[in-house]
Amino acid sequence: MIQLKQIEKVYRTDRIETVALADVNLTIREGEFISIMGPSGCGKSTLLNLIGLLDVPTGGTVQINGSPIASYRDRALAAIRNKEIGFVFQVFHLVSDLSVLDNVQIPLLYRRMSNAERRKLAEAALDRVGLSARVHHFPSQLSGGQQQRVAIARAIVGRPRILLADEPTGNLDSQMGDEVMGILKTLNAEDKTTIVMVTHDQQKADQTERIVRLFDGRQVN
Amino acid sequence: MLNHYLVLAVKVLLRRKFFTFISLFGISFTLLVLTVVTALFDHAFGPGPVEPRQDRTLYAEQAMMYGDHGAWSSSGGFKLFDTYARNLPGVERLSLYQGGNTVYSYVDGRKIASALKRTDDEFWRILDFSFLEGGPYGTADVGEARFVAVINATTRQRFFGNRPGLGQTLEADGQRFRVIGVVEDVSEVRRTPYAEIWVPFTTAKTDAYKAEIMGGWNAMVLARDKASMPLIRQDFNSRLLRVELPDPKMFRAIVAPFETKIEGLARMMPTGDRRDPESQLWKLVGFLTVLALLFLLVPTVNLVNINISRIMERASEIGVRKAFGAPSRTLVGQFLVENILLTLVGSVIGFVLSVLALRAISQSGLFTYAHFTLNPRVFVYGIVAALAFGLLSGVYPAWRMSRLNPVDALRGGVSR
Repeated sequence: MIQLKQIEKVYRTDRIETVALADVNLTIREGEFISIMGPSGCGKSTLLNLIGLLDVPTGGTVQINGSPIASYRDRALAAIRNKEIGFVFQVFHLVSDLSVLDNVQIPLLYRRMSNAERRKLAEAALDRVGLSARVHHFPSQLSGGQQQRVAIARAIVGRPRILLADEPTGNLDSQMGDEVMGILKTLNAEDKTTIVMVTHDQQKADQTERIVRLFDGRQVN
Repeated sequence: MLNHYLVLAVKVLLRRKFFTFISLFGISFTLLVLTVVTALFDHAFGPGPVEPRQDRTLYAEQAMMYGDHGAWSSSGGFKLFDTYARNLPGVERLSLYQGGNTVYSYVDGRKIASALKRTDDEFWRILDFSFLEGGPYGTADVGEARFVAVINATTRQRFFGNRPGLGQTLEADGQRFRVIGVVEDVSEVRRTPYAEIWVPFTTAKTDAYKAEIMGGWNAMVLARDKASMPLIRQDFNSRLLRVELPDPKMFRAIVAPFETKIEGLARMMPTGDRRDPESQLWKLVGFLTVLALLFLLVPTVNLVNINISRIMERASEIGVRKAFGAPSRTLVGQFLVENILLTLVGSVIGFVLSVLALRAISQSGLFTYAHFTLNPRVFVYGIVAALAFGLLSGVYPAWRMSRLNPVDALRGGVSR
């Protein structure tokens, strides 16, 4: 489903060149739940951003469903992100001015559908993460765990086949972290959603099917 | 989606109260000035109730006689128009009238100053005064130099209190006139029709004016149709080449072109060339355009800066939207909607302020009998200016924002 070949990512400024990723080769099958581990600054998030088409590699190719995305322009990339991929971030990235329901509807705004349909799907997604009673709350009125559950509802509302989670439990206490992990496992098991999760937490990584380890931008396993 | 954008826009504007205040102040103040200036301009030069046929009326209210050693700039003389402006091709009516002067009267020990204008009878046929009593003087009144007068409502009040003016007599400039008509007050800003007392020009104390080609007189023609107007201008200008000038050693040419009101203003501006009989309008338009652009530039640049910081504060939201599939163009649309909403709110405030400012100017007595109002034409100009302002100040920040890489945006707008 996702194939990375000889991926390289280099950040260049006038004076220095920083290699964030080098020679990364990775194939992720449909329905797989994998985790990416490694010390801080080893390139985990950069790799996740490349898989999520949020960034472009300086070398190598990224293929989603067999098509290389290098030639895709802004509109086509946006369409793939909208339909195929959902994101969960460590710091939630909820829009503070919008209610929980409006936040969850964001991915659907970029699809052709009626307001009623959007609302119905958003309510269903919130129901799945156990937040039906909080639809009219604002992010600041929720706990960290609840905010991350809203973020997961936003990520799955458009029924993407790929869910990318960047340290989704990193800002949560262990109980809330377990709750979030439980939701991700359910999504993987019930919906066959392909999940790629960046984590520092060995215990959480052990709950996934496969662990990819990075060190100084290179795969080490 | 639009609904979502509008709700979000309102929330963002309410959350950032100081930015919103600064933006709204800039927009509403700019529009206030533009609208008031446009309203004053429209009141003075646009079609009005007394001058409804301006689209086919031409005025010769400035004249210049010049030579190698000197120049004389004034209005034309009676002889100039009487000899050379009659029977021009394409003219339906021609009127000769004086520029007007202040005269004094004494009523019950009170000294009353009035603006008096001496005109012919065609003056009343080209212009469209609203008569409260009686009517204008006609050909016979002018031909026989009858001492009759048309006065405005304020003059009637000053001279006769609440009594009707018709049939009463009043003394002005040492002459006694019988009132045959009373009209509604005409704004001082309307230079051609404006006066408080109008009398036949043949009642002048001396007829020395009949021999003069410069000074004190104006002419106005009503063209049969718009197509005749260039012909009228051309024919009169070529007739002026044959004028016998009073002092050929000093002066070799005279220019007193028939023009529209706005062309007359263009001729008076420092950019206008009074020796050139051709229209100077393009210079005025250029000058006003540059002035308006400069005036708009400062608030626009300010608003652009405010918008950039306002949008960049929301980098994380932009990153999220991009990550979830918003194309750049859609995001530009979202921020333009927000900016146009802000501009429209600012323009509504600007319009309310303009109405108050125009009312204050009208009541200040700065311009006699002027009642400045925001007519639909000015309103439309203002809306167009507001939308242009909103787009101008919103496009660049939105474009910059849309170029943000999603990863940088999620990181807070800082690129690595």
